[in-house]
Amino acid sequence: MTPRLHAAAWWLWALALAVTASRTTNPLLLLPITCVAAFVVAARRSSAPWGRAFGYFVKLGVVIIVIRTLFAVIFAGSSGGDVLWVLPVVPLPGWLSGITLGGSVSTQLVIGAFSAGLQLATILICVGAANSLASPARLLKSVPAALYELGVAVVVAITFAPQLISDLLRLRSVRKLRGRPTRGLRGLVAVTLPVIEGALSRSITLAAAMDARGYGRLGDRSSQLRYLTAGLLLLSLSMSVIGIYGFLDASAPLLLGLPLLVLGLAAGLSAVALGSRGTPRTRYRPDTWEWREWATVLSAMVPAVIVSLYSAWQPLLMSPTWQPLSWMVPPLLTLAAVLVAVLPAWVAPDESANTAKQLPQPALVQA
Amino acid sequence: MINFDNVSITYADTTTPVLHRTNLTVPEGDLCLVIGATGSGKSTLLKAINGLVPHFTGGTLQGRITVNGRDTATHRPRDLADVVGYVAQDPLSGFVTDSVEEELAYTMESLGVPPSVMRQRVEEVLDLLALSHLRNRAPRTLSGGERQRVAIGSVLTAHPRVIVLDEPTSALDPGAAEEVLAALQRLVHDLGLTIVLAEHRLERVLEFADSMIYLPGSGSPARIGSPEEIMDSSPIAPAVVRLARLAGWSPLPLSVRDARRHAQSLREEIALAPSSAAAGLPLQQERSIDVVDAEVRYGGTTAIAHVNLSASPSEVLAIMGRNGAGKSSLLGALAGARRLSQGSVRIDGVPPQSLRGQQLVRSVGMVPQEPMDLLTYTSVERECAQADNDAGVTHGHTAQLLALFAPEVSAHDHPRDLSEGQRLALALAIVLAGKPRVIVLDEPTRGLDYAMKTRLASHLRVLATAGHTVVLATHDVELVADVATRVVVLAEGLVVADGGVAEIVLASPIFAPQVAKVLAHGGLAEKGIPLTPESVADILVAR
Repeated sequence: MTPRLHAAAWWLWALALAVTASRTTNPLLLLPITCVAAFVVAARRSSAPWGRAFGYFVKLGVVIIVIRTLFAVIFAGSSGGDVLWVLPVVPLPGWLSGITLGGSVSTQLVIGAFSAGLQLATILICVGAANSLASPARLLKSVPAALYELGVAVVVAITFAPQLISDLLRLRSVRKLRGRPTRGLRGLVAVTLPVIEGALSRSITLAAAMDARGYGRLGDRSSQLRYLTAGLLLLSLSMSVIGIYGFLDASAPLLLGLPLLVLGLAAGLSAVALGSRGTPRTRYRPDTWEWREWATVLSAMVPAVIVSLYSAWQPLLMSPTWQPLSWMVPPLLTLAAVLVAVLPAWVAPDESANTAKQLPQPALVQA
Repeated sequence: MINFDNVSITYADTTTPVLHRTNLTVPEGDLCLVIGATGSGKSTLLKAINGLVPHFTGGTLQGRITVNGRDTATHRPRDLADVVGYVAQDPLSGFVTDSVEEELAYTMESLGVPPSVMRQRVEEVLDLLALSHLRNRAPRTLSGGERQRVAIGSVLTAHPRVIVLDEPTSALDPGAAEEVLAALQRLVHDLGLTIVLAEHRLERVLEFADSMIYLPGSGSPARIGSPEEIMDSSPIAPAVVRLARLAGWSPLPLSVRDARRHAQSLREEIALAPSSAAAGLPLQQERSIDVVDAEVRYGGTTAIAHVNLSASPSEVLAIMGRNGAGKSSLLGALAGARRLSQGSVRIDGVPPQSLRGQQLVRSVGMVPQEPMDLLTYTSVERECAQADNDAGVTHGHTAQLLALFAPEVSAHDHPRDLSEGQRLALALAIVLAGKPRVIVLDEPTRGLDYAMKTRLASHLRVLATAGHTVVLATHDVELVADVATRVVVLAEGLVVADGGVAEIVLASPIFAPQVAKVLAHGGLAEKGIPLTPESVADILVAR
């Protein structure tokens, strides 16, 4: 069996890239990040159905940019800057005060909205890259079984997107059998509900199958210990949520986010450690964490750290206000740092070489 | 080992219980066979043994179920995992890992078996179920039969005391089914394992059963007894039992071997009967299917190659072959769903790949192996309405067709909640709504009880008489003997045999139907051996 990169390494790599994207709204930095993600996916994605997830995430990203920009134009209000055109202002009822329909649309407004949309899309594309690259099944193996309820939630969450993609491909092929449109908006709308419903129910079936096979079995544990782990877990979750919010929201003070996040993680880890005591789990073929995994994760930590530092140091360059309007070329160092994250395209083992001998999923129709 | 004490199970949104006041005991070391019509609660009964009902499905459980002394009300499925191994009907949905080897080890990992023991047991099971060449494959890339064997293997490695299997052989070819059943029987004999299995294809499992549970459905109490007792009155019976009832043999034989001891006089009677010269349809020149040198490839693998095949209207063509022989690929190519890498497929002279919308629906219709794949809506009603729309027929047409196959299905049901057989009926109704010239069915009898199978068979005959061409891929020899007019055997993607039903089916004991095995005098190759109980009845009536 050829070696494969640890699934968690892919996720950490992608999340670090997403953090990088969250620190800047400069399109000249965001676009290289999406390119890096796309390049690595093209080089190392899995041949399984979920390997095609990336394309769908990119499409979703484009939709987000379009919606974000359109909304900015429609609800323009009186934005300052170089006015492009003026839309008539439609009076709205009093309870909607604060929102203005129509108004003067400026270049700064459009560019700003586009950049914000691009930032969101880039974060999404990074998540898509992780979905394409990491096998959900191998990630599942790393989910601690000790915290059963959380484990089931994570199982459903992790497998949802891959199931969704497999189901989407399957349903499209079937619609063709029934002589219906498979492409375009009509095709998409018609399959949305069954696809989401089916993917969710299959994720839950999977959780049931794992349960029937002993996932989350407890050893002999005192109820005191159980309450302690549950309490720690709750504490950890709430601290992490606030911490992540503070960390991702660039306007919140860094001192709010980081310490809470670290504390939350620490509490979570100790809950897992406590919960794992006495669980009888063993490993058949443990996923190893070696230099390839370290290199992958570190390659994305480099831009995350450098871009975060720069956004604190030169906020105007990393999150420009476009006033006056000019090309805001990001520092060369940040660009170079982003390029470092392309490293896994060579460092990670090629999984398609491993799976080429296998028959692909016998879907009914080749798309 | 397994004890049901006055058990009733009611699901959340219904008022009638699926199981009602059921009392039964399965002793240790028994192979217990559960039978019943589709929707009679077989799956519920099986899931209740390892606690999936009600812990994962919801609903209320009244009474007490104990397995190896553990009460399922207080023990969740994961707490029973070391005692009960459960193999679901659709193994793919329950695969947790990326490779066969890891799949086999998964339960052991949860139970905390030491790694060295795990390795040894994985190797044992790989050999036992002939899976070692697949050890690094991803489960989703396996054929149906291989998946089933992996699912059984993944349960075996944990050495449970009880194994529960929901239709373990329904997706398997006759050879693979025999292997799996032989492996199960060895476990019963050598290790004293208790096995509970539900199965529709009684002809395959009946002779292995120590006891049987019959679920009559619709709230009547379950019956448990020896196979002879249950078979004596059960409306669900395999061909050999139906033949025995016809001939009035007593005690009732359950296996071909037993039946042959009684069969001497019947054989003579049939030999005296005027040989009803195999009618055989007049060969038509008109061709509805024309396949020339077809090849389908995925990546580096060739699924079918150099396939030449033609069929005329009114033919019922059965395609047989091992799991993974390329049957589904051939059917996909016929339905226009698979692109050919070489050669051509024509339906009435037109390549189905080029057809769109109503043209396609009217030319060729396919019921896929997993009928759920064809269903995309949240209610039977909407599904039928959409099918009427797609086919451009009057509203309500599909619903009428459905009522023909499965009258009990309500228009408001969610397709997901239907039984396997009911889903097949719905998919078939949808496909038939377009009155396609060619009807393609992939494994249509999976999960069908005998009554539904009879209805399906007679409807297929009606369709063929009306000038449709029916192509079905199946492992079900009894169905082939019943409806097919011609058989094509595929192996490794190549057509290895093409000919009349009797000629092909009787060529090997693995394919031969039970009745033929019972009535064969010298060898199976004799001319004019009847293949089904019905044809025996016809011969006896004709005299």
